[in-house]
Amino acid sequence: MYVELKNINKTFDGFRASRDINIGIEKGSLTALLGPSGSGKTTILRMIAGLENPDSGDIFIDGVRVNDIAPSERGIGFVFQNYALFRYMTVFDNIAYGLKIRKQPKEEIKKRVTELIELTGLTGMEKRYPNQLSGGQRQRVAFARALAPNPHLLLLDEPFAAIDAKVRHELRMWLRDMIHKVGITSIFVTHDQDEAVEVASQIIVTNNGRVEQTGTAREIYGRPATAFVTEFIGQPAVIDNYGRLKGFEEEDGFTKAVVRPEFIEAFKSDNSRFKHVIGCSEEGTITDIMFRGTSLELTLDVGGIKLSTHRSLERREVEIGEKMRVIIYRLFAVKGDEVRLIENEELKKQDMHNARLESYLYSQDGYFVM
Amino acid sequence: MAQNTKEKKKTDIVRILLIFISLAFVAVMLVIPLVSVIYNSLRKGFAFYVEALSGKYVVSAFKVTMLATVIAVAVNTFFGLVASWALTRFSFRGKQILATLIDIPFSISPVIAGLAYIMTFGRLGWAAPFLEWLGGLLGIEIKIVFALPGVVLATIFVTFPFVSRELIPVLNADGTDEEEAAALMGAGGWSIFKSITFPRIKWALLYGVILCTARALGEFGAVHALSKTRGKTFTLPLEIDALYLSGDQDSIVASFAVSSILVILAVLVLVLRYVLEYKAKSAGKRR
Repeated sequence: MYVELKNINKTFDGFRASRDINIGIEKGSLTALLGPSGSGKTTILRMIAGLENPDSGDIFIDGVRVNDIAPSERGIGFVFQNYALFRYMTVFDNIAYGLKIRKQPKEEIKKRVTELIELTGLTGMEKRYPNQLSGGQRQRVAFARALAPNPHLLLLDEPFAAIDAKVRHELRMWLRDMIHKVGITSIFVTHDQDEAVEVASQIIVTNNGRVEQTGTAREIYGRPATAFVTEFIGQPAVIDNYGRLKGFEEEDGFTKAVVRPEFIEAFKSDNSRFKHVIGCSEEGTITDIMFRGTSLELTLDVGGIKLSTHRSLERREVEIGEKMRVIIYRLFAVKGDEVRLIENEELKKQDMHNARLESYLYSQDGYFVM
Repeated sequence: MAQNTKEKKKTDIVRILLIFISLAFVAVMLVIPLVSVIYNSLRKGFAFYVEALSGKYVVSAFKVTMLATVIAVAVNTFFGLVASWALTRFSFRGKQILATLIDIPFSISPVIAGLAYIMTFGRLGWAAPFLEWLGGLLGIEIKIVFALPGVVLATIFVTFPFVSRELIPVLNADGTDEEEAAALMGAGGWSIFKSITFPRIKWALLYGVILCTARALGEFGAVHALSKTRGKTFTLPLEIDALYLSGDQDSIVASFAVSSILVILAVLVLVLRYVLEYKAKSAGKRR
């Protein structure tokens, strides 16, 4: 493990920001710390950087315990949330700052800065001031500035928060490619799961000062380890008495369930494609239709339970109040902090839960087998 | 449409009325009195004006004023930087109380400040035994009240919020991210101040210094309580008062002549302030 946190605890004025944190990050990986605000993700990042000190526990970078090593000696580059560019310095001076502080020869500074400006595609902007740059360009400068002293570890605090939604996607891809190109171990903080999924190779989900789960995006989606992750990831609907749904029986103590849109199929009763499984379905009434650009989001009332699902725009028109047939493939049942994946029993009986199902069901979005 | 024109006319009237009231008020309260100072100061001709200004007492008062101003501004610039830094960069118990205490000179009558210093540093004051002991140690007599140190202290007292009041909002608004970023790259405290913090606060600092200077030049009340010797510890405002109260025609004109110096200084400060505000604004645009 390149970066390791062991039994880290941190309290701010009685607020427990970190509770017994244990994290391992491999060399060369790109890791996301994902969680809602106040979950302690930024605190973890700042402790790795040395901007905060843990109350107890050890932090290792490359096998060395860094708790008592000054931030500037830890070999890290840090990209701040709002980039914290030096506003009275040009792009060139911003990037050169860390090298000047290290008293490197002028020639070398110039060479390194020029190299980074080329790498980040900022050629021609050297003499501009931060306020003369777009959000994306600022991020590039912050990135180049953090990389200038050749750090071994790059830390980024909400690197996309200050950027317009429109260019955010493009910048995510840019940053991911850039980090892979440079090959530097990187950790970034985000509250946006799309961002974590798109950019990171490993995701650490935090909540309430704890690490809830660590894994790849697919693992976290497919096998949420805790109740929190189940209810945080994806677009979950939390329901009670799921035993009323056809094909499910309430398991002992698992009183709550989480259903994602991709777990649900809603079709018109005359849809011949589904005629073999219509016996597994139940009636649902459309209560709301939301246009989502690439699909429709339907809200359905199924025997008093509110569920939502996506519907391709290519399919037949539906309207509010229309009666649909609804099949729920599976759901996550929750008991305390325990999570159990429950498959639809009726579908299982029909032996349709795997390959054969594919030939019947129209929508395969999100139907995965781990 | 008709409604609109009517509405427009109404706002026009309000606009003109407000502008007129403001202008009239400024003219009656400020411009006419200030012009009359200049006019009166030259009533006996330019030669008399120059003579009045080169009198022994006036020259002494000018020197005392300059001395007090320079020391007060230097001390308060340093103090203002330290206090605003402490208040914006650290959190500590009693922070709010300190911030409030700094503002006291704004709200308290300067005369009270003068009297308070007499009670503290005067012959019967709390600090008297200590001053006597210190004086004995150094083999000199330390006199604060009714002497130059008292004048300087009083001037410092009335002007000390100016610099920190200008700096605190700027330091607060900008946050600590940039400084943190520099520290993370290994920059030391002085180097961070010099390259990151100072460029951000320099206009606010200069503005604070100018306001501080203007106030120090004109201070009357606090100094009046602590300064009783004409020709030795009198500042320009005290000299003006003394000349005017002496009653004969020549002295009154002389007092106007001395006043005109302060008016001219005040106008200079105003111009400087305007220039600085303009510069700070265009620097702000560079953000």
